[in-house]
Amino acid sequence: MTSLRIMCATKRVLDYALKPRIAKGGAGVDLTGQKQSLNPFCEIGVEEAVRLREKLGKDKVSDIVAFSAGPPKAQDTLRTALAMGADRALLVEVAESDTPKLEPLSVAKLIAGAAKEEKADIVILGKQAIDTDNNQTGQMLAGLLGWGQATCASKVEVGEGGKEVKVEREVDGGTETVEVKLPCVITTDLRLNEPRFATLPNIMKAKKKPLAKKKPQDYGVDLANPRLKLLKVEEPPTRQGGDKVADVDSLVAKLKELKAI
Amino acid sequence: MPPPAASTAVASSTALRYRVKQLYKQLLFLGRDWPQGYETYFRPRLHKAFTGQRQLETEDEIRKAISRAEYMVKELEAFYFLKKYRHVKRAYREDLL
Repeated sequence: MTSLRIMCATKRVLDYALKPRIAKGGAGVDLTGQKQSLNPFCEIGVEEAVRLREKLGKDKVSDIVAFSAGPPKAQDTLRTALAMGADRALLVEVAESDTPKLEPLSVAKLIAGAAKEEKADIVILGKQAIDTDNNQTGQMLAGLLGWGQATCASKVEVGEGGKEVKVEREVDGGTETVEVKLPCVITTDLRLNEPRFATLPNIMKAKKKPLAKKKPQDYGVDLANPRLKLLKVEEPPTRQGGDKVADVDSLVAKLKELKAI
Repeated sequence: MPPPAASTAVASSTALRYRVKQLYKQLLFLGRDWPQGYETYFRPRLHKAFTGQRQLETEDEIRKAISRAEYMVKELEAFYFLKKYRHVKRAYREDLL
């Protein structure tokens, strides 16, 4: 079996534990001074790549590259991925102010360019980012590359010959098992694995691993005209208090009143 | 049994000291995300926990304390993992709840 080259595409997002604050004017989330970290689903992706190497052997997984598109601070996110076990990192740097211009299609184009250049056999992404929740980038990427895709993966097995992967997918009402020829795109779901902690000694070691920087133009992508425009961000309506009913009859009467039955 | 050679006795105590310092730094690193606060809650308590054991003399006692610290490292990692897992599960996988 020839060795695999895996690319883990990651995103730097507002930390999961923080409550988002709406920016003045309501056209976005206020990120100033807020802690941002590796998207949980992307973390699961990096963990899967490292586990594949541990399972198949170092010679069977010759390269794990962590990819991200974002501001210079995204280097910290990539260092976490390196500390988890990636060999090297690749950052497509955009200015902090241009980060909102990164939409699923442009990011998919960037990853496609990088995957071709780095000769990746598998690109693993999180199924969606916890800030934008699009669930589009992986699918668009597969379309752009003309590769097969297995999204919302909860189990990944590389075939004997290293030419295909068997993936169990989480779908409505259960799981679906698909076999995808390599090269392919896989997006991760929550139950795929439990990501390891980036321990302090590993983070120190990660500082020595190579981190390359590129610009969107290097992959022929121009971010100047995004197709999507964020119009408004609102908080959900505050929860109204409910009424308590005395017994089943009054419950039925209330439901009839509200025309629910 | 002949007493341990002077070199191993000294090496042992410096090795233990190094390990204790290493664990302190590791726990400090893990405490950054502690929900009740790093500067106000975690760091002072960690400092007290370590300085409270300052008087330990025998290698045996020190090794026991080191295992307790290593256990705390694993506990913290498990806590953070569960916190994140449960949050993502609640937000994205109603079918699993």
